[in-house]
Amino acid sequence: MSAPLLYALVGVALFCMALHWVIACADPLRRILAVNVMSSGVFLVLVALARRVPGPSPDPVPHAMVITGIVVAVSATALAIVLASRMRSGAAGR
Amino acid sequence: MNDGHAKRPGRLAATALALLVVLVFAGLVSAVLALPPTAAGLSADVGAALPRVGTDNPVTATLLAFRGYDTLLEMAVLLLAAVAIRALRHGRLPVMRSGDEILAALARVLVPVMVLVAAYLLAAGLDGPGGAFQAGAIAAAAGVLLVLAGRGLRLLDDGLAVRLGLAVGLLGFVAAGIAGMLVASAFLDYAPGRAATVMTLLEVAVAVSVALTLFEMFVSVLRCPIPGKAADAADRGRR
Repeated sequence: MSAPLLYALVGVALFCMALHWVIACADPLRRILAVNVMSSGVFLVLVALARRVPGPSPDPVPHAMVITGIVVAVSATALAIVLASRMRSGAAGR
Repeated sequence: MNDGHAKRPGRLAATALALLVVLVFAGLVSAVLALPPTAAGLSADVGAALPRVGTDNPVTATLLAFRGYDTLLEMAVLLLAAVAIRALRHGRLPVMRSGDEILAALARVLVPVMVLVAAYLLAAGLDGPGGAFQAGAIAAAAGVLLVLAGRGLRLLDDGLAVRLGLAVGLLGFVAAGIAGMLVASAFLDYAPGRAATVMTLLEVAVAVSVALTLFEMFVSVLRCPIPGKAADAADRGRR
């Protein structure tokens, strides 16, 4: 098995483990973390599959998509954390 | 806590979930294994089009030119998230441990180096490894380090400059897009010969926006009250 394929399979495994936690956990913070692990799995698959092209350098298009995705994932995580914190403090105040 | 009273899922639900995850895993693995071991990809197309945009870095060219719409929309997502977080955040910034001498000393040494590395990555991004996102992330980390060390609290000012900085990436892309409509043929179509200039300006604007947005997000999360220990204990008791 080639190295890119192995990395892609690791990414798939990460994605699926995190998918389990997203559904199984009730705690918002754990869910947010699990979604982050899911996105890391997706990025790993994309970056690994970009290495299948012939030649010395990988396919730049998936790499550009991953860079975009990482920044969007970070901003979504921050928004989710603020929302979760708001939810908790709102519930505690009642 | 609304989620604190959620019932533990039964054995049936847990089995169904495990089955679902295993099915998804099997499907994804078979999809990955079905791919041909080598593929043409888009490397050749990107390489052939590189001379038209005046950069040697294929990733930068893809981000700022070939898939410019992606990055424009990403800037919109960043701005939207930053605005939402600023609207939602509450509470005060916790008092920073300005007395922490180790952190302050570390910040004194590291922050200039981080700023230098960010500037280098931004400058290098047009021709080689580097780029606006990496530079912005490192600059944001330098700001976070400063704030944690109790310095640089002026960075927390909520002035017009910060708001403009948050939006400058999106504004720059929209301006470049409209300029493309006027000068060249279509939205985000850079005029031949000017592409390198436009992309340099865009890279700086994107870096400023990314740095400020990431920094603002971190500070906003810091400002959120930490969930009480009681909530954590209740959470642990459920498991």
